[in-house]
Amino acid sequence: MDWGQIFSFAIESALGTQAMYFALAAIGLNIHFGYTGLLNFGQAGFMICGAYGLAISIVEYDLHWLIGIVVGLIASGIFALLLGIPTLRLRADYLAIVTIAAAEILRIVVRATSLRGFTGGSNGINGFTAGFQDARPGFLDGGIDLGFISFSSRQSWVLFLGWITVLLGVGFTYLLIHSPWGRVLKAVREDEDAARALGKNAYSVKMQSLVLGGLFGALGGIFFVLAQGSVQPTPQDFGTPKTFFIWVAMILGGTGKLWGPVIGSVIFSGLLAFTDSALRQAVAADYVPKSIIDGVQVGQMRFILLGLGLMVLMIYRPQGIFGDKRELALDAN
Amino acid sequence: MSRFSELKAVDPSVLDSVAQQPGAAKPDPVLTATGITRRFGGLIAVEVEHLEVQRGLITALIGPNGAGKTTFFNLITGFDLPDDGTWTFEGREMGTLPPHKVARQGMVRTFQLTKALSKITVMDNMKLGAPNQSGENFFRALVHPLWRQQEDEIEERAIALLDRFKLSHMSDEFAGTLSGGQRKLLEMARALMTDPKLIMLDEPMAGVNPALTQSLLGHVKSLRDEGRTVIFVEHDMDVVRDISDWVVVMAEGMIIAEGPHSAIGENQAVVDAYLGTHHDSALTFDDETTAKMAAEAAAGADSAEGTDT
Ligand SMILES: Nc1ncnc2c1ncn2[C@@H]1O[C@H](COP(=O)(O)OP(=O)(O)O)[C@@H](O)[C@H]1O
Ligand SMILES: [Mg+2]
Repeated sequence: MDWGQIFSFAIESALGTQAMYFALAAIGLNIHFGYTGLLNFGQAGFMICGAYGLAISIVEYDLHWLIGIVVGLIASGIFALLLGIPTLRLRADYLAIVTIAAAEILRIVVRATSLRGFTGGSNGINGFTAGFQDARPGFLDGGIDLGFISFSSRQSWVLFLGWITVLLGVGFTYLLIHSPWGRVLKAVREDEDAARALGKNAYSVKMQSLVLGGLFGALGGIFFVLAQGSVQPTPQDFGTPKTFFIWVAMILGGTGKLWGPVIGSVIFSGLLAFTDSALRQAVAADYVPKSIIDGVQVGQMRFILLGLGLMVLMIYRPQGIFGDKRELALDAN
Repeated sequence: MSRFSELKAVDPSVLDSVAQQPGAAKPDPVLTATGITRRFGGLIAVEVEHLEVQRGLITALIGPNGAGKTTFFNLITGFDLPDDGTWTFEGREMGTLPPHKVARQGMVRTFQLTKALSKITVMDNMKLGAPNQSGENFFRALVHPLWRQQEDEIEERAIALLDRFKLSHMSDEFAGTLSGGQRKLLEMARALMTDPKLIMLDEPMAGVNPALTQSLLGHVKSLRDEGRTVIFVEHDMDVVRDISDWVVVMAEGMIIAEGPHSAIGENQAVVDAYLGTHHDSALTFDDETTAKMAAEAAAGADSAEGTDT
């Protein structure tokens, strides 16, 4: 087995587009769940808003890609309001049910045949990244080459801007969380009624949180399709499994921790690539008998291994990598 | 340092001339409730015809378990909606105001089941209580210099209150690490951070160890000295006797007696309520406790550790 190749694959993925856009979406989820206690199981829906907002603005309306990004963000803001208005006054589980359903409905709506002229139906949308790539600064023209890993010039530009957005997102979250606003957010997470009894408008602050976290979800969707070069309404791109992977990344890093979602996304993507290439090589080199798994089954096998790994993590480090075990113990009382 | 400059201490003797009967008019009521009804299915949990609460004094609300005291608190503070009834606070109609707006009017409550915000530090619990924080606005929150100074002032007040409640040494700990009694103290201190005119305490002494009870009583009395109005629910008749200026007795949702504590123990309706003469509906009176308490209430005798469920 070529361990050098396995590790360079893993590192490439840990710094690559998946880690980057997962980090953005997970930052949003962390604002929702980690800081406010909102159960959003529809982060993929916010990603759809961002991705389609961008692609449709460019392809259908010939708008600048930056305006496309703004359109995507606005769309996700509207989506958040639509979800929040009926549910945020109710018990927390209602939001969970509504978000999981709404995200899936949105995905099915955009792939509807009758909307083909607008959203591309089940084919999705291509050819919207030219303007974005034209804006690439000269120093990225040769791509990024670190010797053991390298990214093409197109990928480099997405990654460069994406990771900067991640850093800005973390800084932004830091400013908010360490403010009286952030204090109200956490109070609502701990006990909404206590916050209300102290004169805090829990409904309003939950709405603000839902919109804000949704904007990060939209940014995740935007950078995802900028990297991929196409938008496709498939389950693996925008379905519920995507939402759950983002949850996994967030929990892995540490829920309610500033860097948790970023580190979690990096490790999640790295580990996934690591198990994938290690398994593939092991199968190819006959370390694993073909009767147990063959090359085709590796794709599924890595998720099984990942699931096992997660179970182990939850048993030995339930608070995640950045989490504080003391805090978790407080949940008990 | 109150935002309500009009707060003035009131002499308890103003109640001397008040009739000792349910619904009695007070010289200067801060809270007036009329015709408040709350039904849960067939059960009438609250049916208060008229209640006036005198400004600046300590009113005890007592009654057996299930009498409707907590439900009454919930209604008055906007946490629950009555089927019927109106009430005014400071002359202002409160009707359907949501809880946070009720609190902003200067009427703050604590909960029977303590609500310490576990994964927030004791200090942040306190700071949360402060009203009118400009940094609670999303956009201002991003620009820290806009609220730094106010934050420092809030912190100063919080430190002073924590000192008073003997919690300063826990300031940086998560509130979840406090003992039950300390949480009661924290909840009360946090409520005081809102600088309330009227503070409603739902069983503030329950589960607090006797050493702390004394200091808690001291704090409640000092609220009166500051001119704040206090309504508190309590089962321990010693406590009621010690600090209350006026006692309101509820049973089966209704107010059955009012008066100074000296008069309440002899009141036949109260003794009946505690002994369960009207014990015909399927209410959850714990007979042993209530009988014991009634005996003590009647005899004006020694301590009883009231527990509620
Ligand atoms: N949410 C509710 N649903 C149904 N019944 C309730 C509810 N809240 C209170 N009750 C009932 O109303 C009555 C009054 O309860 P409560 O106000 O808690 O009494 P207290 O605080 O005086 O002990 C009790 O019989 C209780 O069982
Ligand atoms: Mg009660």
